[in-house]
Amino acid sequence: MPKDSGIGAAPKRREDVRFLTGAGNYTDDINVHGQSHVFFLRSDIAHGTINAVDTSAASGMAGVVRIFTGADFEAVGGLPCGWQVTDRHGEPMQEPAHPIIAQGKVRHVGEIVAAVIADTLEQARDAAEAINVEISELPAVIDMKAAVADGSTKVHDDLTSNLCYDWGFVEENKEAVGKAFDDAAHVTTLELVNNRLVANPMEPRVAVGDYARGTGDSTLYTTSQNPHVIRLLMGAFVLGIPEHKLRVVAPDVGGGFGTKIFHYAEEAFVTFASKQINRPVKWTSSRSEAFISDAHGRDHVTKIQLALDSDNNFTAIRTDTYANMGAYLSTFAPSVPTWLHGTLMAGNYKTPLIYVNVKAVFTNTVPVDAYRGAGRPEATFQLERVIDKAARELGVDPLALRRQNFITEFPYATPVAVEYDTGDYHATMDKLEQIADLSGFEARRAASEAKGKWRGLGVNCYIEACGIAPSNLVGQLGARAGLYESATVRVNATGGLVVMTGSHSHGQGHETSFPQVIAEMIGVDEGMVEIVHGDTANTPMGMGTYGSRSIAVGGSAMVRATEKIIAKTKKIAAHLMEAADADVELKNGTFSIAGTDKSVAWGDVCLAAYVPHNYPLEDIEPGLEETAFYDPSNFTYPSGAYACEVELDPDTGKVTIERFAAADDFGNIINPMIVDGQVHGGIGQGIGQALLENCVYDENGQLLSASYMDYAMPRADDLPFYDVDHSCQTPCTHNPLGVKGCGEAGAIGSPPAVVNAVVDALQRGGKDVTHIDMPLSPSRVWSAMNS
Amino acid sequence: MTQVSMTVNGKAASGDVEGRTLLSSFLRESLNLTGTHVGCDTSQCGACVVHVDGVAVKSCTMLAVEAEGADVATIEGEASEDGTLSVIQQAFQDHHGLQCGFCTPGMVMSTAALLKDNPKPSEQEVREYLEGNLCRCTGYHNIVKAILAASGQDVSAIAAE
Repeated sequence: MPKDSGIGAAPKRREDVRFLTGAGNYTDDINVHGQSHVFFLRSDIAHGTINAVDTSAASGMAGVVRIFTGADFEAVGGLPCGWQVTDRHGEPMQEPAHPIIAQGKVRHVGEIVAAVIADTLEQARDAAEAINVEISELPAVIDMKAAVADGSTKVHDDLTSNLCYDWGFVEENKEAVGKAFDDAAHVTTLELVNNRLVANPMEPRVAVGDYARGTGDSTLYTTSQNPHVIRLLMGAFVLGIPEHKLRVVAPDVGGGFGTKIFHYAEEAFVTFASKQINRPVKWTSSRSEAFISDAHGRDHVTKIQLALDSDNNFTAIRTDTYANMGAYLSTFAPSVPTWLHGTLMAGNYKTPLIYVNVKAVFTNTVPVDAYRGAGRPEATFQLERVIDKAARELGVDPLALRRQNFITEFPYATPVAVEYDTGDYHATMDKLEQIADLSGFEARRAASEAKGKWRGLGVNCYIEACGIAPSNLVGQLGARAGLYESATVRVNATGGLVVMTGSHSHGQGHETSFPQVIAEMIGVDEGMVEIVHGDTANTPMGMGTYGSRSIAVGGSAMVRATEKIIAKTKKIAAHLMEAADADVELKNGTFSIAGTDKSVAWGDVCLAAYVPHNYPLEDIEPGLEETAFYDPSNFTYPSGAYACEVELDPDTGKVTIERFAAADDFGNIINPMIVDGQVHGGIGQGIGQALLENCVYDENGQLLSASYMDYAMPRADDLPFYDVDHSCQTPCTHNPLGVKGCGEAGAIGSPPAVVNAVVDALQRGGKDVTHIDMPLSPSRVWSAMNS
Repeated sequence: MTQVSMTVNGKAASGDVEGRTLLSSFLRESLNLTGTHVGCDTSQCGACVVHVDGVAVKSCTMLAVEAEGADVATIEGEASEDGTLSVIQQAFQDHHGLQCGFCTPGMVMSTAALLKDNPKPSEQEVREYLEGNLCRCTGYHNIVKAILAASGQDVSAIAAE
């Protein structure tokens, strides 16, 4: 029987009621008295020298309050990068300045050239049209390999080249890997593109800056996944505002998927400008602006090689990747193709030798940073594609080849610096074979064939590293931040609890799932627990939500704080029952002494803490409020196996997803309904990447896919129902809940399943096609079939 | 500026607007009905769907002055006055048909229009009808399931939400 409360139960989400009735409080719903509106005039040229920004005609127009240009920001700090990668020669990456408003040059379409503040948005927009911008266009740097060739135009004149870094991992293994390839019985090589994507949370970004002259305090309301991180980066590195004079609020946030992690120029601008004009400033992104100003994702070009011995054991992997950074380094951009990618190249397999080379490249495009999965989808895609290709070349079953090479003993130290604590890859594959009904594939294939369609089956595994991350480890790897999480648990006098968490919910349902943990630990009703998040004024310093870290790291902090609460309440209860602390038990919200009829209710103990008339004041303080910071000792390693069945129309090349199954191991599960939903959403995005989505620049740096008219978002009729299962559970051994995290798995595991399935369909249709780059649009598939 | 008057969720509403003011802006900014969301500027995402004279429209694609005298229904009017969720709203909650909630008002309003015209849609009809409503969180699985459930159809055979 499923539980009806606590860990493992699936209560309906409490946040749903406000979202379903139009009562959510998103950032654009916030209007501050007296606010002005800013419209950003953005470069429509990818690369050029700014000769003039003439605002004389615009500045006198109706409603205009003030116009800012690059000159106003010469003395203001630029946007900082939060991760410094060291290259394979021991040198730090090249790190260009990242101005709030363009200084001297523009480097991508969408870069801010001027900002018009007016009483209304319409007035600001009208005035922006009257600004005369003169830019001398320079050649745009778009293709990554050309960008690092000798003689390329430079994106940044003050850097030595367009190469941000040349990273080797593990550099010491390079020669041994080369020898393993020399000795291999078979080598499979695959060149592929991990297509550039735009995260596209349905809520565009919004920022409202509100400076209070009376106190000198600044408040920023923003669509962020991590308000404390924004406060720290903007306050300390951009604007020079001490954190106690700066409050950052991220209220209801309409999806993030990574792109709302980063500190953006618009946030710093509205905060800065509000003080300058002594009036609140609001910016609401249009979707068109979002496409040219939100950080993009993926955009890797990779050559991967897999070496096998004569028994088909994997002996070595070698990869060469070009990773697009865009024109500037977004907040965590350098970490994505390196530590979030290279460390996952072992996948689920016991390959003894791995060498990963990544060249990160500046181009005249929007900055690229983490998007759902961030590095791990890129690793999984190339690994699971090259294994499929190897199986085909060797004439062996791709599932059998995977199973033969599975890691089976844990903990397992990979050759790429991480140690998997737990997993059971055969179990998830067994589960997948069952829920995907793989034994029934041949009958379904025959039925498709009878309709004139080619049916293909694609299977793959994945592993991810999430629950990000041990601070001391990431510090050694170049992170300029800690990656702990925090929670304060405040118990009120009448027994209700408020958890103030550094995690942030932008769709993940923390307001429902976090109380389930408290309810389990204390035995109170979930309705007695409220979750507060998203405001630096009333939550402890926290690092926010990304990298599937909320329950694994934020949940662990909440558990630790709750344990402190329980320990203190037991002392109080012992005093009230005139017993020893160690004899007190807490169960179902009641304290008792084993073997006696003595008991005291949770609420009475809480009341005693705040009305301490009969209270051990000499031993403990009144009140019930505890804070914990939890720093994980390792990443967590969710894993799974996915299967996709496609039908391919040989006349048109159109692919439809007929079945999709996912067997995941997330360790322990807090709320299975929410976990299923997270996997569904990730699969939807992964299928979107595989079949539909593509961010396209032309050779001049114009973004051709800059609206929903041109960027193919997955729609309901592009996607099937999914069969998802997470009954295989190998709990994490190093966090108190045994949880691993589920937010990114679907997006990591699904793209190779789709491409493997399409290649399978083509092969079964007699076409010798071994790879097609995503998205597998009808034209690409048809062209591959007929080339 | 032009004065517009209309009925919104059964109550008289009026305000001064520019000729270029969109219905979505009028609802959000003049009437403070912020449940109607704007997620794009090309009429693709559907977060702004409301009903005008009983027909589902994208309120970002209609001028406020075009709604003069019209009967407008928004997400704020979907639940009963005592707060009881409508059948559609309840089905979305029961089947976890929403995550971040941003597309949700448009999804609910589109669903209401669909079920009015087609009380028992097939899965494929639901999916095709939702072409004009984008969701980035759910992969649509639980949205489609919730809509089928809201129409009174048995969804127990569909994989768990």
